[in-house]
Amino acid sequence: MTTYYTKDHEYLRLEGDTATVGITDYAQAQLGDVVFVELPGVGQKFKQGAEAAVVESVKAASDVYAPVSGEIVAINTGLPDSPALINEDPEGKGWFMKIKLADKGELAGLMDEAAYKALIGD
Amino acid sequence: MVPFAGYSMPVQYKDGILTEHLWTRENAGLFDVSHMGQCFVHSDTWEKTARALETLVPADILNLKPGQQRYSQLLAEDGGILDDLMITRSAYEGHEGWAYLVVNAGCKDADYAHIATRLPAGVSLRIEADLALIALQGPKAVEVLAGIVPAIRTVPFMTYHYAEVDGVHLHISRSGYTGEDGVEISIPAKAVEAFCTRLLGDARVKPIGLGARDSLRLEAGLCLYGHDIDTTTSPIEADLNWSIQKRRREEGGFPGAARIQRELKDGPSRLRVGILPEGRQPAREGTEVFVDGWKIGIITSGGFGPSQNGPVAMGYVETAFAKVDTPVTLVVRGKELPAKIVAMPFIPHRYFR
Repeated sequence: MTTYYTKDHEYLRLEGDTATVGITDYAQAQLGDVVFVELPGVGQKFKQGAEAAVVESVKAASDVYAPVSGEIVAINTGLPDSPALINEDPEGKGWFMKIKLADKGELAGLMDEAAYKALIGD
Repeated sequence: MVPFAGYSMPVQYKDGILTEHLWTRENAGLFDVSHMGQCFVHSDTWEKTARALETLVPADILNLKPGQQRYSQLLAEDGGILDDLMITRSAYEGHEGWAYLVVNAGCKDADYAHIATRLPAGVSLRIEADLALIALQGPKAVEVLAGIVPAIRTVPFMTYHYAEVDGVHLHISRSGYTGEDGVEISIPAKAVEAFCTRLLGDARVKPIGLGARDSLRLEAGLCLYGHDIDTTTSPIEADLNWSIQKRRREEGGFPGAARIQRELKDGPSRLRVGILPEGRQPAREGTEVFVDGWKIGIITSGGFGPSQNGPVAMGYVETAFAKVDTPVTLVVRGKELPAKIVAMPFIPHRYFR
């Protein structure tokens, strides 16, 4: 199991050809209290970088982009009713969706944990 | 920290906006609002001072009682709002001709210039640059302050009280901008840190940032200058009719009086209303409002109301669609979101009258 990161502060946890996607702890801290989340539908297909979900905090709205191209095979159905999970456990119970990768080659353009930590100055 | 009107201000402290907001509604929140402008307009008699102010604002200033405070607006010649402000009549012996004004940070330099050039001979403006201003708001705010200034308990809403604590002069008004009971305290800048530290030593008090200040005032249905009111809106369009007392409505004599009297008689073409989106998604400033595919208005303040536990908004709609319960459609991020016109405040005011 390998975790990749995007410059838009999403994480992608790869298991086989499917990845669990959410926003990082750094991202949730920047957003503040999350009050609304809109997830895509299972079966929807996205190109890498397309808007796949919306997350809104008390402060601001922001898009969550598909970190890789692929098809949504599962969503965290409880999340819209408990958006605070994104603050409490962003890389656990606060996951957004699972994407079946269309092209594993895209992973090469993402960051590993060390590179991401350097990006956020951790 | 974010830049705000030339100051560096905290959006939130460590607890975050949601917690700070709810804390203020349940306990007592301490806000540093020292960026706001504090000044005095003064002459040798109250009548002279009040008459001068009445040429600038539409409120009845002349009949303020000593210590009484009123909300009003500095108006442009066309009736647009240059700024909104609080005006208090001094209750001090020897200061009978003095009025204390609090104006918005972002407008204060323009306000001072506007006021100074329009005062008649014998009436002067005194700008106070060395006064801090703090607000203590929430149902426990007055009890907290009463531990230091016991007399504050019986001071009614929109009234001023003077106290001296450890040699420091406190000018306290029972007022605020959260919809809760509470006070605003004007205090010399050199004494404010020690006083705030003392207040924060009380377990009922937490510091509150700009973010919660905004969500609190939005739930209370109160206007934010530069967003809900500006030079393009009149006080009548902004539904601030209550702030223009009967004598002034009849007599006029303030900038834009002809327009304001006409709007009072015939109704304005648009009106500030509360807008309640269905569901959980906030509709923010700039969101357009539609009825049957026609654009009929725009949201000027919108977000998530922590006490409402849902989205809340206010904005302007054409008067024909301003009736409570009128269904409207908002377009949020390219998607249609059903909403309706509602009465404000979203959360009932709890002022001490």
